[in-house]
Amino acid sequence: MSAAEQLLPAASVGTEPLFAVRDLTRLYGPDKGCQGVSFELYPGEVLGIVGESGSGKSTLLSLLCGRCPPDRGSVQYRDAAGDWLDLYAASEAERRTLLRTEWGFVEQNPRDGLRMGVSAGANIGERLMAQGVRHYGQLRAAGLDWLQQVEIDPARIDDLPRTFSGGMQQRLQIARNLVSSPKLVFMDEPTGGLDVSVQARLLDLLRGLVRELDLAVVIVTHDLAVARLLADRLMVMRRSRVVESGLTDQILDDPQHPYTQLLVSSVLQP
Amino acid sequence: MNTLIEVRDLAKTFTLHQQHGVSLQVLRGLNFTVAAGECLVLHGQSGAGKSTLLRTLYGNYLPAGGSIRIRHAGDWLELVGAEPRQVLAVRRQTLGYVSQFLRVIPRVPALEVVMEPALARGWTRVDAEARARALLTRLNIPERLWQLAPGTFSGGEQQRVNLARGFMVGWPVMLLDEPTASLDEANAGVVLELIDEAKAAGSALIGIFHDRAIREAVADRYLDMTQEDLAHAS
Repeated sequence: MSAAEQLLPAASVGTEPLFAVRDLTRLYGPDKGCQGVSFELYPGEVLGIVGESGSGKSTLLSLLCGRCPPDRGSVQYRDAAGDWLDLYAASEAERRTLLRTEWGFVEQNPRDGLRMGVSAGANIGERLMAQGVRHYGQLRAAGLDWLQQVEIDPARIDDLPRTFSGGMQQRLQIARNLVSSPKLVFMDEPTGGLDVSVQARLLDLLRGLVRELDLAVVIVTHDLAVARLLADRLMVMRRSRVVESGLTDQILDDPQHPYTQLLVSSVLQP
Repeated sequence: MNTLIEVRDLAKTFTLHQQHGVSLQVLRGLNFTVAAGECLVLHGQSGAGKSTLLRTLYGNYLPAGGSIRIRHAGDWLELVGAEPRQVLAVRRQTLGYVSQFLRVIPRVPALEVVMEPALARGWTRVDAEARARALLTRLNIPERLWQLAPGTFSGGEQQRVNLARGFMVGWPVMLLDEPTASLDEANAGVVLELIDEAKAAGSALIGIFHDRAIREAVADRYLDMTQEDLAHAS
């Protein structure tokens, strides 16, 4: 065994959950929405939520991130100070602060997650300013650094996002979220609107950042290949319920539920 | 004997809901242990469940019953029913899996593919790169390919990149699914050396080898998996 062999620091394994969800339910009609969802997420863990359109994935995501109050159930988050915060018992101001600092949200459509009327640099700097950074040089330096990290030419820092391609806009949205060093990031079909060649680049970038920053991620996708590449574990949703959950490889290689078997066997192998 | 993995009464059944709920019992009543420095070779005809057993041990397949206990971070851990994050920690530190097939990730260069298991354990890039270069050289992957993504490589080159990745770090328990299949004699010889080095370093190996000469060179014991007689290790 090599001399370089060393154990990971205990912190990166995560002994206490970061996020705990109990019996989360919001129904718009019989089996429409999501119901009875419970799980825990540990620091650095990537959870994929898969299922077809209308299965309740997006409803669940908006309940998880505080955008829509549940009919019943709870969402709890352990903040940087180590205190548990009940998301829907907290005030609107507390929820907004969380979403601008310790959490991130990557929208499927970058135009929903970016400010299209201000420069790329201002998009990246916004969260830092909300946290009290006022020094222009610091904001500028963070902007240049993050453009580079998401593989955008730093010379574009003063350009408006609408002059960027779809793939670049999506990478800018990721930079805008990660600049505040969040612990937990929600992603809604982050590669959904992109060309396949651009998707691969974005996925590779995301994979690297997730590992480097030890991010916990909840990612909604209908693309099982994306799920395989990014997620440690999966929850399969159908008609508002989680029908199966477990290790990503196991769900995809040996699905147990009839619906998961159908989902996995329906994918065309190129 | 320093036992590193212990399997008791292991069973695996596939239920195919899309095909009229057909149920296939592939493994039942399997019992064996493997100690440090030892290689257990799975023996049985095609379809006897050898690869299924390796995938069940690695956690890709969900066991129908029984127990898989492994020495992980100084303690015994039951893998049947373990949390995903526990299985992933075991895969990072303790349990390695080498098959002939590389899962290609677009845009990731061969050198990075090989280094990844070491980086996941917290090696420095310098140490990881030195070891990866040495392995790619030993497995005769030309240096001009190292910075390219293996998607365009030949089947044999992809297989050898995957072998380099599999032997990148030391694994207390290592699963080998035909690592030498379709390799030429020189490269198969390199893999034999790597297997011997792993054994000498104290790894417990469980493997499938179709080539008889290689099987006889590495095996310390055999697990007979013929259908009539699933349960006995010799």
